[in-house]
Amino acid sequence: MGKKYDTPLLDDLESGVFPSFVTEMKRAAEQSEYANDLLGQLELSFKENLTHWKHGGIVGVRGYGGGVIGRYSDIPDQFPGIAHFHTVRVNQPSGWFYTADALREICDIWDKYGSRLTNMHGSTGDIILLGTKTENLEPIFAELSSRGWDLGGSGSAMRTPNCCVGQARCEWANIDTMAITNEITQHYQDEMHRPAFPYKFKFKIAGCAVDCIASIARADMSVIGTWKGDIQIDAAEVTNYAKGGMDIAEEIAGLCPTGCITWDGSSLTIDNSNCSRCMHCIAKMPKALRPGKEKGATILLGSKAPIVTGALLSWVIVPFIKMEPPYDEFFDLVDRVWEWWDDHGKNRERIGELIERLGFPAFIKATELDLHPQMIKEPRRDPFFFWSEEDIIK
Amino acid sequence: MSDLPERQTDIGPPHYEQFLPPVIKNNYGKWKYHEEIDAGHMVHVSETGDKVHTVRVASPRLISTDFIRDLCNIAEKYCDGHLRFTTRNNVEFMVDDESKVAPLVKGLKDSGFLVGGIGPGISNVVHTQGWVHCHSAATDASGLTKALMDEFHEYFTGAKTLPNRVRLAVACCVNMCGAVHCSDIALVGVHKTPPRIDHDNIKNFCEVPSTIGSCPTTAISPDPAKKSVKIKLEKCMYCGNCYSVCPSMPIADAKNDGVAVVVGGKVANLRKPPKFSKLAVPWLPNNAPRWPEVVQAVKTVLEAYEAGAKKHERVGEWVDRIGWEKFFEVTGFEFMIQHVDDFTFARETWRTAATFKW
Repeated sequence: MGKKYDTPLLDDLESGVFPSFVTEMKRAAEQSEYANDLLGQLELSFKENLTHWKHGGIVGVRGYGGGVIGRYSDIPDQFPGIAHFHTVRVNQPSGWFYTADALREICDIWDKYGSRLTNMHGSTGDIILLGTKTENLEPIFAELSSRGWDLGGSGSAMRTPNCCVGQARCEWANIDTMAITNEITQHYQDEMHRPAFPYKFKFKIAGCAVDCIASIARADMSVIGTWKGDIQIDAAEVTNYAKGGMDIAEEIAGLCPTGCITWDGSSLTIDNSNCSRCMHCIAKMPKALRPGKEKGATILLGSKAPIVTGALLSWVIVPFIKMEPPYDEFFDLVDRVWEWWDDHGKNRERIGELIERLGFPAFIKATELDLHPQMIKEPRRDPFFFWSEEDIIK
Repeated sequence: MSDLPERQTDIGPPHYEQFLPPVIKNNYGKWKYHEEIDAGHMVHVSETGDKVHTVRVASPRLISTDFIRDLCNIAEKYCDGHLRFTTRNNVEFMVDDESKVAPLVKGLKDSGFLVGGIGPGISNVVHTQGWVHCHSAATDASGLTKALMDEFHEYFTGAKTLPNRVRLAVACCVNMCGAVHCSDIALVGVHKTPPRIDHDNIKNFCEVPSTIGSCPTTAISPDPAKKSVKIKLEKCMYCGNCYSVCPSMPIADAKNDGVAVVVGGKVANLRKPPKFSKLAVPWLPNNAPRWPEVVQAVKTVLEAYEAGAKKHERVGEWVDRIGWEKFFEVTGFEFMIQHVDDFTFARETWRTAATFKW
């Protein structure tokens, strides 16, 4: 083991009730030169208020254009153990369920070749193996892939799709989020491992409008489960909630955004034709209310963080689609969207920004989407609209 | 390397089904309802009558393989070797009978795990890499997260509750590798000064057209004499996107980098549509290791929310109801010129009504 660093600032973060990442770094540092030097460099960052990482370089495994994020210390002479400190993104199984044996298998590989530090998980969903040398990348990939693990996405590619727990353990999941996520990932392996898009493209699959995976805020394509038909009511359980102290008039009917719930003091009725399926009543009375029986998803497009031209939330492009194997209609839609993006997108232009630049109507026409008033919040306010040649009276 | 196993490509992740606990596999798609028993325990009940009890614990997300092995040991001892992780970096252990819950909780607590994160409180913080692993970080994310959760852990364990969930997030720069832009209270690392141009190296390390193209405000233009670029300083709003494509335009500035506090965002559609977080405090100093000014600002928002919100209102719904002018009044945050939007969607944020509160 190399030099032992004094880390008074980081040591302070070992106290307190919440579990400490510093403790974790120290545990790893007991047997890893990478983690030891990472502690030293991080202490310096805490002291100086500056990061000490250089820009990523292009590193990876043979045949793939992504899955590894190159990272180098900007003071390698001082911290030689992290001169290279590349991240390996390992594609997580849908829903983040594991067995102890599977996790130990990954730990064994990482203890041998890497820093013994991980993120469970990265923001996109991958298992993040945090920090190794360039020459270890091929061995790591061989060890992982021979045991059934593959890398996730990075760069201008399809990023690792991700989902909420879905039907595995949630009664509100209108679609099989874990199956869909696995299916998308397998269907587009080439698009994920070999970046060829204008920029990144993320899928997040949520089972309902509660959106525990934040699909509407951080997926280029958000798939959000929904239903048609009436909310299923168990009247006896409604009564139990009332008896249990719930103020149904105020907490349920009073907070319904469309005012479609009536509570007369003993029975609850829903005007389903005016329900917008926001999930409030169902989420507050899970024993009494359940989603309607015709299941499907709403497809929304375009969300992203502020870089470059401002943050976007995804907006509706397909109000309702059945999401059942073999998902032909869905994959056909994705292919049309990608083709248009590929034809028109500038370098580093997300799909949402491209649609803003060229217009939602142009996108709708090019991808042959059906028009529905559900796609907009309100019609345009201006009188500046296009007509086609066939609309002109001659 | 000849002793390495044979590599495979494009196999995708292992199929999830092999990792599911039997009670999950047997009741997949058959769940009927659930109940939150306490901040660390919920039960899902199936149409078949089966139940799965879930116990949740916190993780710092940046974890050693030793920590993962600790989790595995717990899973093996109490849950037939099964466990899962959540969107917010928590860890969940599942058992199929209520009698197994108490031993599991005891086992977790005895091993030092913090049980909680369910219900109307503060679950784990979604956060980014920060100084631990990112070249563009304007602050540290793990450190901020630890400082916040040490202060607010009672909202995690259920010792204290709130009118509804409060989702905290930390992004170490405006790239926001996390859903910071739609969180109840979020922190984002920001710069205050423009990038410096390393004219000698630009031609070696950067592609000039893409560097110019990266600027959202067209502040960057060619400087042919120097075979480099120049910046119109009055147009630069310090986003650092040029540095993302061109390493010869470093923007980190130890004295001026800091943390902005944004509030009122959400991703769920319940009651009100998803919302963006909006600026509450434009800049607070990077005062490592515990960022006391930042923690205090979050506490100020939390206390005002707790005092003012109605049951079930998220932070953004509460602020919408009382109005932003009231938000500044009840929090005491100074209203500054930085709060007035002048970016892409600015016009939508100016008040186009004569109605507001004094």
